[in-house]
Amino acid sequence: MTMAAVPARLQEVVEEFADLPREFRLEALLDYSRRVPPLPDRLEGHRDAMEQVHECQTPFFVASEVAGDQTVTLWFDAPPEAPTTRGFAGVLSEGLNGATVGEVLATPDGFWTAMGLHEVISPLRLRGMSAILARVKRQLRVHATP
Amino acid sequence: MMPVVERDPAEKLRAYAQPERLVTTAWLADHLDDPGLVVAESDEDVLLYETGHIPGAVKIDWHNDLNDAVTRDYVDGEGFARLMSSKGISRDTTIVFYGDKSNWWAAYALWVASLFGHADARLLDGGRQRWIEEGRPLTTEVPERAPAEYPVVERDDTTIRAFREDVLAHVATGGRLVDVRSPGEYSGELLAMPDYPQEGALRGGHIPGAANVPWKRAANDDGTFKTAEELRAIYQGELGLAHGDDVIAYCRIGERSSHTWFVLSQLLGFPQVRNYDGSWVEWGNLVRVPIERSAEPVRLSPVKG
Repeated sequence: MTMAAVPARLQEVVEEFADLPREFRLEALLDYSRRVPPLPDRLEGHRDAMEQVHECQTPFFVASEVAGDQTVTLWFDAPPEAPTTRGFAGVLSEGLNGATVGEVLATPDGFWTAMGLHEVISPLRLRGMSAILARVKRQLRVHATP
Repeated sequence: MMPVVERDPAEKLRAYAQPERLVTTAWLADHLDDPGLVVAESDEDVLLYETGHIPGAVKIDWHNDLNDAVTRDYVDGEGFARLMSSKGISRDTTIVFYGDKSNWWAAYALWVASLFGHADARLLDGGRQRWIEEGRPLTTEVPERAPAEYPVVERDDTTIRAFREDVLAHVATGGRLVDVRSPGEYSGELLAMPDYPQEGALRGGHIPGAANVPWKRAANDDGTFKTAEELRAIYQGELGLAHGDDVIAYCRIGERSSHTWFVLSQLLGFPQVRNYDGSWVEWGNLVRVPIERSAEPVRLSPVKG
């Protein structure tokens, strides 16, 4: 069992938010919402190959891929009219892409509390972030080496 | 005094009990520059305004602006006056609220403004979705409005707001309750999903005697409200509500039921409609309150005596 730890790049993103004054955190999240990588052809239009995160208040889909060296790539599909959820996706792709399966599984579910977003976003909506991470972890568990 | 902003004379609106509570997108497009009119966007997704909004519109965030930061309650009279003032809204301003999700949060913001007795608050029929679908302009430019004078008005929690004590008394006397959540939430089955974070309630089901009329029944797919005739057929015909009935509506946290409150009280003109904003996240966590679990639709029968 790996010790819980936030992967290095994700930790940087968390700190970037935490260091911002309250009124700029939403703007930063909007910025991340614009940086969600577009879906590759094999997933584009193939939502059946992705998993829906029902807790998100808008249609939101996630797929995770694991390379031979155990590094993870996450793909997200969220509509443009859901910028907050897209922002969560942007944070997770920036912070977790390239991490190993073990590192993603060791990420604490509540890593985002340190970002200070609860001061600007309602708690129910923030749960979307945990829900997305929970799906990613569940998808990755099958790849975990015992 | 500000000049009075005229009503939208659109034919569809004339059939509603209070036609002055709604404006169409076409009317708003022609009145964006009216002195005395402020457009306010209230969304579920708190970043949506930043991605583009109706030119000149201010943002009112249901979570940060309308709710108290500590207590689960709305801002007080001073907080509301501060908010209105900062958005350039005075007591005689016409506010046109609009938002995402068929105006859930816009209706919620309008309902909160009504707690403070703001006289002229209207909804944009079809909200954000319809404005965009019609190809009307959006901007990311945030307007700079000069602060306005807004008086400190005490919130009236007795007329259009219900607390859990009111709901308990209402249940005891067989009062009319409308649960506007989805059928799955109403029956209680939605809380049974394994592995998934629960949406803040420990118990599933509905308040005894409540009828289930999902808020969506009142809206068309483009987010506009159904016609007066269609609404009467649902709430008076099918559900059996009578005009003078004392009605309480609820949902999960009070936003979808604000939509239904708007329909019943403003569009159909029912004189006694309250929104139970504590809604299921309060009721489903309260110790020893009665809960009913069934998917059977309840038809409201006339109260005896």
